[in-house]
This record gives sequence, structure tokens and C-alpha cells, in this order.
Amino acid sequence: MPSIKQIARNEAASSRFVSGHSLCRGCGIPVVVRTVLNSIEAPVVVINATGCLEVATTRYPHTTWQVPWLHIAFENAAAAASGVETAYKALVKRGRLPDEPIVFVVFGGDGGTYDIGLQALSGALERGHRFLYVCYDNEAYMNTGIQRSSATPFAANTTTSPAGKQSFGKLQKRKDLTAIVVAHHIPYAAQASISHWQDLSDKVVAATRLASPSFINVLSTCPLGWGLEPNQTVRFARLATETRYWPLYEVIEGHYRITEQPLDPSLPIRAWLEDQVRFKHLFQHEDAEVLARIQREVDRDWNNLKRRSEADAQWFARHSERLAKEWTGSAARPAPAMTSRTNTNP
Amino acid sequence: MPLKAPKIAPSARMRLLTGAEAAAHAMRQINPDVVSVYPITPQTPIIQTFAKFVADGETDTEIINVESEHSAMSAAVGAAQAGARTMTATASQGLALMIEIVYIAASMRLPIVMAVGNRALSGPINIHCDHADSMLARDSGMVQILTENAQEAYDLMVMAPRLAEHPEVMLPVLVSQDGFTITHSAEPVSLLPDEEVRRFVGDYRIPYPLLAGEVVTQGPFAMPDYYFEIKAQQVRAMRAAAQVFDELSEAYQACSGRRYQAVEGYRLDDADRALILMGSSAGTAKEVVDELRAKGEKVGLAQVRLFRPFPAAALREMLTGVGAVAVLDRALSFGGTAPLFAEVAAGLFGQTVSLSSQVYGLGGRELFPEQIAAVFHDLESTEGLEQPRFIGLRG
Ligand SMILES: Cc1ncc(C[n+]2csc(CCOP(=O)(O)OP(=O)(O)O)c2C)c(N)n1
Ligand code: SF4
Ligand SMILES: [Mg+2]
Repeated sequence: MPSIKQIARNEAASSRFVSGHSLCRGCGIPVVVRTVLNSIEAPVVVINATGCLEVATTRYPHTTWQVPWLHIAFENAAAAASGVETAYKALVKRGRLPDEPIVFVVFGGDGGTYDIGLQALSGALERGHRFLYVCYDNEAYMNTGIQRSSATPFAANTTTSPAGKQSFGKLQKRKDLTAIVVAHHIPYAAQASISHWQDLSDKVVAATRLASPSFINVLSTCPLGWGLEPNQTVRFARLATETRYWPLYEVIEGHYRITEQPLDPSLPIRAWLEDQVRFKHLFQHEDAEVLARIQREVDRDWNNLKRRSEADAQWFARHSERLAKEWTGSAARPAPAMTSRTNTNP
Repeated sequence: MPLKAPKIAPSARMRLLTGAEAAAHAMRQINPDVVSVYPITPQTPIIQTFAKFVADGETDTEIINVESEHSAMSAAVGAAQAGARTMTATASQGLALMIEIVYIAASMRLPIVMAVGNRALSGPINIHCDHADSMLARDSGMVQILTENAQEAYDLMVMAPRLAEHPEVMLPVLVSQDGFTITHSAEPVSLLPDEEVRRFVGDYRIPYPLLAGEVVTQGPFAMPDYYFEIKAQQVRAMRAAAQVFDELSEAYQACSGRRYQAVEGYRLDDADRALILMGSSAGTAKEVVDELRAKGEKVGLAQVRLFRPFPAAALREMLTGVGAVAVLDRALSFGGTAPLFAEVAAGLFGQTVSLSSQVYGLGGRELFPEQIAAVFHDLESTEGLEQPRFIGLRG
């Protein structure tokens, strides 16, 4: 598992995602991208859905990307990756490409993944293409000006689920995308956060060892959309996990394991909600009913997850040796030297 | 009017094939790296036939059986960007679902070849032929070819990769055949030997860098300072495609004996009246021309094969001296001018010729020889004709 030193060394040796982009100050997305890409030793090819990340990093003729990178549209990143990965297979089979591992990494926002890109993702997972799909979940369509998505939390104020005299914001609970992904029987799916870089990095390493699709859902603070000062990005991502709103876990071959236990399991959700402008309306007149409902659902979801992971503890105990062996086995593949990473100017 | 058998010189390689099978044979012989597809009538027999070729080891193409046409086109773009010779196939609603990505493929200058079995667009849902699906892609930036019969569907599929991949062109190419009329009707088709096709098509040498370890940003975001220039490059590529098509036709004639023009004139030399149309109905119309010519009427026709880029100059030249022209469209543009008519009218602007717009065959409605003969007779006086006229419409 790469340590922070290794990640920093990779970053220093040849940065895959350089500065000069136009993501907002304090945006969580670069933390996702750098942690993911610096945790992968092999050459990578990045496929990106439309959204803040793509728009803010590739204004022609400039680019932030120091790796091969492809964007086609909003809803099709997983389908595009299917094509790239299949081309790789075809070209290796026909001797036109060397049989050296390339890791295909897809980045899509919550809109591009939970909503408009869900079908393409589902199709690609079912077909079993080898790629790591990373959803950077900032809980709304941010690039188009903070509209609700199916990842937007219950009661959040967005420009299309505004709080008003008759409304307390988004009326629906967020979708559990990770569960939907797990239902595709892929061997690795996880939830991670920008606040827990080592956990995210470990998950990337685990996910990219497999010759199959893998998926990581990463909570990524959007200071603009959540209504936070840019220096609060990591703190609020951490609070989401500490309040058990965004638990960190992995699902290996269908078995659940919580990877970070909250320090104080009784920390109320209020601690995460209170200072975000998107939830401010709930506190102006203390909407006790809505707040109680949010707490109830957080508790229920957390308890379900806890029960599941306790029930699966035995499975992990039984399979830990096999998993360690299988995973070390694949990790032992000769990792291509980092020198294949060119560093040209954008 | 009796119809004659298609005029194709018999050869040792003549096979009885449907248009769909003929297109699948072309794909087998081309042996692309990646084919990504989704079924839809009347295209489905193309991909089924091709899938069987792969299952039988006659080609080792990687097929991606995607979950929608949107993903078929998206995966095709991904594969082409990764350096694979890539094909797909679709029709009607499938092409409609692909459209967003078709535009992107063209702007990325990806030489993807797409086989289409033309079918009406919903609604109401209908599985039979018209050209509304091709016309929906009219402004997408794809080169578009409409074929007359199974032989043409085969030949133009074989020509398509070279056209798409020509360094001056580098555009997706759509080769369509009329749904059912061609896709599902068996005709004698002359196939080239496999090696001949491989030699004609050549190795794939498009230098896409995505998998070559190069730092490259494909599909960036372009603002008003660059977008327009990128579009202008597509315009130039499309212009080049016209020239390349002619050169390729010559090369293809050298190995097949069959020559395809972007627009083909039929008995136009001393004609005073002419029809312009595309697709399988051109075959029927040629029979009608022969019948009327036998009776001493000076009629002819122009069959448009290459709809994009539109061969306006060739058409103008071909129609010099023709007094009245009827353009037969198998598609509509509500509140505007039928698409082929609009092209012809723009192309003939300034010529002294009387033009009539006629729409036929929507949703698979049959077009009978008598109706085509009636169009020629109407052309004797186009004064006061309602435009467009609908052929075979009830009520
Ligand atoms: C087919 C299509 N519909 C809508 C859009 C407009 N659009 C671009 S980005 C975006 C929202 C992206 O949201 P998300 O995936 O969450 O990424 P974020 O902007 O939050 O980074 C939308 C609606 C589009 N580009 N394409
Ligand atoms: S709007 Fe939000 S997600 Fe988008 S760049 Fe700004 S902070 Fe990042
Ligand atoms: Mg978002």
C-alpha cells in the first residue's frame, strides 16, 4: 500500500495532474484525482465524463492532464471506457500493442454516474470490462450551477430543489449507488472520502489489482455548492464520515467491511449539517421534524451496514489468506517503470 | 409494368445474399478490430450474421454487445480513439439514440464505419423503410452513402474504411441500405475474394495515441476562441471526401469491375424530364425510365449515392438541358423543404429548370412503377402543382 510519502514521491517525480486548472479554490476534486492517480504505479489512461473536472481541466488548447485522457460526453464515460478497454484487448491480441498492463480509470461526477450515466455504467459492469470507475460525488450537478441529482441529500437546498416558504429543499432521500453497483456482482466496490487519503489510496490499490471492473464512490466536498469556506473542504468531508452519514467501507466479492470506524459513534448528524449553507434553512426556524428524520435515517443505514459487516467478518477471516495471496499475486506483476509517463507541457 | 432481373454480370463468386448478409460479409472480410452493436430491426441480421462469423472463427474481431445504441456509438468512439479499426451498425431509433455521439465522432475525426438499415422514425413506431433516420444524421458531419441493392451495400461497405481513413478525410462513414427491401431480400451478390478486400482496405494506420503511452488530451472543451475553427476543419474534410470518393471508385473498379459515382445519371443525355432519388427505389425507377424510353419519351434519372458530401456540381452538370426535374424524397422536414429537394434546389440555383418536390414511401409505403410513370407525366406541366406532392397518400 503506498504511504503518503510514496504518493508524494509519485506526485513529485511526474505529476499526472498538474496545476493551472480552473477548479474552484478548495474544491475536493483534485484531491480525488491526485490520490487515485498517484496510488497507481502502472501507466494509466483516464476517461472522464462531462462535469466540473472535465470542463475546468481541458480548455483547449490547454490541459491539466499529463496522462492519456479522453472525454466524449456526459452520460457515456463507462461506455467509452468499454470501447477503450476492448480496443486494448483487440490490439494486444493482434500484436499491435505490447502486452503490458495499462490501468483504465474513469472519473465521473454524481450526475454523470448516479443519474444520466447509470445505464452505461450498469452495462459496462455487467459486461465485465477491466477498469476502475471513480465517482467523485459532490452531491449535485455543480458544473451547471448546483442542481439536484439523485445523490443530493434529503432536505438540501439546490437551485432545482430550492428551500422556500412551502419547501424544505430536496424532498427525496439520496440513492444508494454503491449498493446498486454491488448488485452487479463485481468483485470490488467501495465508498471512500477525500478526508481519508490512506483509506482511498488502499482502496485504489485493491481495486486496480483485479482484471475486472471495480468501483469507488468518493465523497468530494464542493465548497461552492455546499456553502462552505474553501478551507473547510477536508473538515466537512471528515464530518460526513464521523457523523456516519458517509461511512467508509468496501465490498469484496459481495462481502461488506467497514474500513474506518467513527471516533464518536454518537456524534449527531447536526454537526455535519449545521454550517453548510445548503442546510441553513433547516436551522433558521429549527425544523425539528426534518432534522429528526435525517438522524433516524442515518442511524438506520449505519446500523444496517454495521450488521452486514459484522455478519461478514467471518467470511473475511476465512478468506483473508486467499485474498492476500491473490492480491499479492497480481500485485507481483512487473509494474512498468514510471518513466513511461511523459511530462510534456500542456 | 414487368420488372427485369438486376443487371449484375455473373461471376464465380456470385452468392444469393440479403443486403444485411452482404454487409456482414464485407465486415468479415474487412475484419475490423472492434465492433460495438445493439440490435434493432431491420439492421439486426447484419450483426447476427457477423456474430456468427466471429463465433465460427472466420474473423477474430472483438464484439461489444452494449446495452444501448448510445453506448454502441460511445464505445465505438472509445475504441477508435484507442487506435482500433471500428465499426457499428444501427437503424432508426438506434441512430436517433446515437446522434449525440455521432456528432462528437465526426468532430473528433474518427473513421468509424456504420452500416444502417434505413427505417422510419417513431412515432408512430414503425419498422419499415424510409430515410428519416439517415436524414436525422444529415448535419452530424458523417459521410453518408445510400445504396440501391445488396451488391451496392456490399461494395460500398468495402470502400467505406478507405474513405473514412483517408488522411484528408478522417470522418465517420454511414453506409445505408433500405430496410427490408434490401436488408431482408436475397439477391445474387458478387463478393470479392477475402484477400482482395484485405488488400484493398489495407492495414489500419491511424496514429491515435491514447494507448501509445503519450500524454494526450482527447475531447477537450473548446470556447468561442477555437470552436469555429474546429468546425471549419470538418468542412474541409467533408469537401475532401468528395474527391477521395471519386478516386476510390476508380480504384475499386480496377479490382471489382464495378464503378460507383457519387451521383449516377441514367439515360439523361437528351432527357427533357428527370427524377432524382436515392436508395432501392432507384432500381424501380430505372425500369420505368426504360419503359418510357421505349415509347419514345425523353426521360432519365439521377441516383444520388453520396448524400454527404452532396455532389451538387456533378448533378448540375448532369442535368444541363433538362427542363423539368422531380425530386423524390423518402423523408420529410416538417414546415420546411424535404431534405433531398432542398439540396437539389440549392445545387441547381440559377439554372433554368422547373423543380417539383415529391415525397413517397414513408413508413415503408410501396412505390409502384405506375406511380413513378405518373410523376414523369406530371412533369410535362408542373404549373400549379402543390409542393410537396405526396405519392400514394390516401384521402
Ligand atoms: C446530455 C447532456 N445533458 C446535460 C448536460 C449539461 N451538463 C453538463 S455537466 C452537468 C452536471 C454535471 O454534474 P456531475 O456529474 O455531478 O458533475 P459536477 O459538475 O458536479 O462535477 C450537466 C447537467 C450535458 N453536457 N449533456
Ligand atoms: S463548483 Fe464545486 S465541484 Fe465544481 S469546481 Fe467549484 S468547488 Fe469544485
Ligand atoms: Mg456533482
